[in-house]
Amino acid sequence: MAEQITNVVVAGLGGQGVLKASDILAEAAFRAGRDVKKAEVHGMSQRGGSVTSDVRFAADLSGASPMVPAGSADYLLVLSMDQVEVARPRLSDDGVLISADWIDENALPNRKSLNVAVLGALSTYLDLDEDVWRSAVHANLPEKVHEVNDQAFALGREAARKRS
Amino acid sequence: MTESNRELLSGNEAVALAALHAGVALGTGYPGTPSTEILGNFSRIGGRAQWAPNEKVAMEVALGASFAAARTLVTMKHVGINVAADVLFTAAYTGVTGAMVVVSADDPGMASSQNEQDNRRYAVAAGVPMLEPSDSQEAYDFVHLGVEISEKWGIPVLLRLTTRICHSKTVVVPTPNRTPPAGEPHYDRDLPGRVMVPANARPAHRRLRAKLAEIAKWNEAEGPNRVIDGNGKLGILTSSISYVHAREAAPAGASFLKLGMTHPLPLGKMRTFADVVQRLVVIEEGDPVLVDAARAGGIAVEGKDEMYRFGELNVDRVKRILAGDTSPEPKPPKGKPPQLCPGCPHRKTFEVLRDLGCYAAGDIGCYTLGVLPPFEALDTCVCMGASMGVGLGLRHVLPEEQARKVVSVIGDSTFVHGGITGLVEMAYNPPPAGHVVIILDNGTTAMTGLQEHPGTGRKLDHTPTHRLSFENLAKAIGIEDVHVVDPVAESELLRRVIESALKARKLSVIVVRRPCLLAAKKIKQYEAAAAGGAAAAAR
Repeated sequence: MAEQITNVVVAGLGGQGVLKASDILAEAAFRAGRDVKKAEVHGMSQRGGSVTSDVRFAADLSGASPMVPAGSADYLLVLSMDQVEVARPRLSDDGVLISADWIDENALPNRKSLNVAVLGALSTYLDLDEDVWRSAVHANLPEKVHEVNDQAFALGREAARKRS
Repeated sequence: MTESNRELLSGNEAVALAALHAGVALGTGYPGTPSTEILGNFSRIGGRAQWAPNEKVAMEVALGASFAAARTLVTMKHVGINVAADVLFTAAYTGVTGAMVVVSADDPGMASSQNEQDNRRYAVAAGVPMLEPSDSQEAYDFVHLGVEISEKWGIPVLLRLTTRICHSKTVVVPTPNRTPPAGEPHYDRDLPGRVMVPANARPAHRRLRAKLAEIAKWNEAEGPNRVIDGNGKLGILTSSISYVHAREAAPAGASFLKLGMTHPLPLGKMRTFADVVQRLVVIEEGDPVLVDAARAGGIAVEGKDEMYRFGELNVDRVKRILAGDTSPEPKPPKGKPPQLCPGCPHRKTFEVLRDLGCYAAGDIGCYTLGVLPPFEALDTCVCMGASMGVGLGLRHVLPEEQARKVVSVIGDSTFVHGGITGLVEMAYNPPPAGHVVIILDNGTTAMTGLQEHPGTGRKLDHTPTHRLSFENLAKAIGIEDVHVVDPVAESELLRRVIESALKARKLSVIVVRRPCLLAAKKIKQYEAAAAGGAAAAAR
């Protein structure tokens, strides 16, 4: 069963939208009909400290922890470059590190949507339809920012494609 | 059970939803990570929820409602049970009429707490049944079950969660019609049952033990416990979040006895399980509660090495426990710790205290971060309201030169929670060289996510109510020297006021008032809404 689980860890600093990004990812997998478990710790993150959130999805997670075991993340998303080395032990040997420097922040319609852009990059690796992604982004953000985040998401997808 | 009503919920969201579906008439509590979101969610989805000044009052209010046959939910973090314990222990004797489900949200590993006490022991000590869900679906189901058990036997039920249960999101399929609706609230007198003078308390204790014996039987026969058969080599006895870690960590073929009701324990079931496995290991976080109970019941079990008692468990640690691996654990790289927001009003106060070389007896809230560089201006922090008594204790015995450096620093919500009686103590037993109390009033219960409290003048849902005035209260208690200062607009005045209060041999209270940065905008919106409402009412 372990081989069928997709493990994603999102890391960054409080205020960057780490939890929002993991909410969107979890929602997308959930809408795609997967069993989903998400782990996060609230409390200190608003005060600018390190934040991580784990998202796991598979057909059946009934025998799985909500936390990604050490060195098992298939994908590690890092929103703040100074958190890359802090978070790296979470990544598996053949996992993919998607870091903030994949995204040209100047090209972002709004810097706050960096987290959604990084999700866009992740989406090119995952077997989730674009429309579940879009509906997950929209369900988690206020309507007035839907358009800038759709753009950010597309930017992220482009950035990932350029690298492969 | 249709797939179309599946939801992805945190444990806290699931508890709130179940409370609504199970007919809970009133939710009370005090903010405390990881429990805080339960009441906020309950209110948001249409439940009636109130913050109380502290957990003791919260539980007392709920108990009153339960005496009137209404169903209640009381929420708090683990240390909150310490505050409410006085109620809990005797409520077990009085019993309840309407169901009372008490959430203890523990924090193994102290993601945001002063200790990692294991509140499973409270169920034993107080004599109440305890349910431990392993995920959000069970958090939902066990609220329903808790209501049913509480009402059937007229006893409070402890629903024990942990940070990982509260904040992890897993799939829930709700069953809104599961629990029969509550009756109309009404009061039937029962003096021998509810007035715990010794003559009544003695038979009440016997009734309590009889109830627990019946519940133990029920747990054996029908309890929310689950056996997963395996090849008989390894059996794992577990509960709570440890169950899912163990499911993933254990080798294929392992058997499991997952306990959902962990007090009173189904010892018969545990013995039967022990008989069919060669090796039986208990996987539990924190204290060896299950290990000790199993062994006391004559069941041979392996526990975990003492090193795994500290912090939460996870898949890797469970693998180590199963392998008997006691080698040093890898240290994770240090992340960036939290600190006071740039521009936080508290910073000004800590600058002054640092510059004046004060000994600050501190308390619990965002301002506890005053212990960190560049301030290092907080000397003690123990429990809610301790800043008051600890400061006074220091003042009572230190030679005058040192005593006059002592201040008590307490937040607004913390002050209401556990500081008022400390202020009474200050006026009642004044230290020889006086004392200085600084109340950091930022208009919110900040650290837990910006909740209201009696000093904000708004209820849980942000609607207006009476606002407690700290300065008036201090005067009523008998403190004459009371100041109110804005730390940002009047930062020089703040420095002068603190300096001169320290020099004088008086009892002083300095209310340092300025809204929390994160809350300021919302506070303006709430005030505008209140003013609009008042204007509309006046028309």
